[in-house]
Amino acid sequence: MEATVARTGTEGKTWGGGNEPLKASYGKMMMWFFILSDALTFSGFLAAYGFSRFKFADIWPIADEVFNHFPFLHGVDAPMYYVALMTFILIFSSVTMVLAVDAGHQLKKAKVTFYMFLTIIGGVIFLGSQAWEWSNFISGEYGAVTTTGGNILQIVDAEGERVALEEIAIEEASVRREHEDNVGLWFESGEGLPSYSIEEVKAGFAANENLLIRTGVLGENGEKVILSRQESLAKLNNEATGVVEGANLEHNEYGPPLFADFFFFITGFHGFHVFSGVILNIIIFLNVIVGTYERRGSYEMVEKVGLYWHFVDLVWVFVFTFFYLV
Amino acid sequence: MAQDSTAHHHDSNSKRIWSVFIILSIVTIVEVILGILKPEFLVDNNLVNMSLLNWIFIVLTLYKAYYIAWSFMHLEQEAKWLRRVIVWTALFLVIYLIFILLNEGFYIYQVYKEGYVAWDF
Repeated sequence: MEATVARTGTEGKTWGGGNEPLKASYGKMMMWFFILSDALTFSGFLAAYGFSRFKFADIWPIADEVFNHFPFLHGVDAPMYYVALMTFILIFSSVTMVLAVDAGHQLKKAKVTFYMFLTIIGGVIFLGSQAWEWSNFISGEYGAVTTTGGNILQIVDAEGERVALEEIAIEEASVRREHEDNVGLWFESGEGLPSYSIEEVKAGFAANENLLIRTGVLGENGEKVILSRQESLAKLNNEATGVVEGANLEHNEYGPPLFADFFFFITGFHGFHVFSGVILNIIIFLNVIVGTYERRGSYEMVEKVGLYWHFVDLVWVFVFTFFYLV
Repeated sequence: MAQDSTAHHHDSNSKRIWSVFIILSIVTIVEVILGILKPEFLVDNNLVNMSLLNWIFIVLTLYKAYYIAWSFMHLEQEAKWLRRVIVWTALFLVIYLIFILLNEGFYIYQVYKEGYVAWDF
């Protein structure tokens, strides 16, 4: 290191970088300014989410019904638990990070190494949890029917319990066929067909007297409005145009596609931050092991990357509130 | 040089760190319990267009954010003006953004609801 730096004789003086405005080193202050600008980016995302939610206040999905899975508890309605677990994992990795910074202040290399290692493990577990959450969200559970106006109709039984499309659809000999690029323009291929056609779902719905349609509209009591059998049949036959299974950027079986879009963008952007945080942590971790900071006599790099890591935790606290709680 | 000065001045903060961890955990647990139970009197009573339950969630979130920023990110140990540069800038812009966007969202909601825009067909 030393060999590459030209000695100018101004070390420690103002022109040699010795002046520390606001008593913060250059690196630390720049990290804070980066965090501030990044915080504003996330605020933009979350405020836009709020905008869309206010706009579609009556047809927004209920988060507890969307995110109600827990590993190894298949079919059990477990809202909140999984995301609460993810929150704890991230808070705990924040704690180990701050313990690493604390050990760094005391120049205890072994302790810094150990706590950095725990922090990295926590970050990796969080990323894995998020992947699991995404895969549940993308594959969906029950499937739904979409209308001309782009709204979602879900199917429930007499007790109001959701019924999956595969339980009711009556399969018929179908001429449906996925569009491939060898039968038309070479640069266009189809999106993939849903498991059932809308006709099959309609036939199945008509055949079972117990089934009702649940609209996306929130009623007075905060629950989605369920139509009577008569209304359900009319709605399904007149307005239903297609089948939706799971969620992607254009279709969403839980409600307005915007809900899925914001879910992917906000948790995805946050997940990307966690990912880059883990990479940065690994780099710093390796530097700690080879003793770079030991020789430098200062563990400030651990502190700087720690700031970033806590920021990621801070953002998650807000995402948790506005996506899952409110 | 730096070695002796830092080694002597920094006592371990681990007690404070663990107590903040406990506070954050308790607040998160309270949030989750409230989110699962959804007590009726909190859901039904509104304050400025939002249910009391949601206000509680937001206040608890800001409480957690305060502890993360002040304790974990060491803002309490930074110079007063560095803290202000960061916190005031963010607060001002975020509050402004939220006000503008939520207001506009609510306006569009009313147009959908009371105006002549068909959305359910």
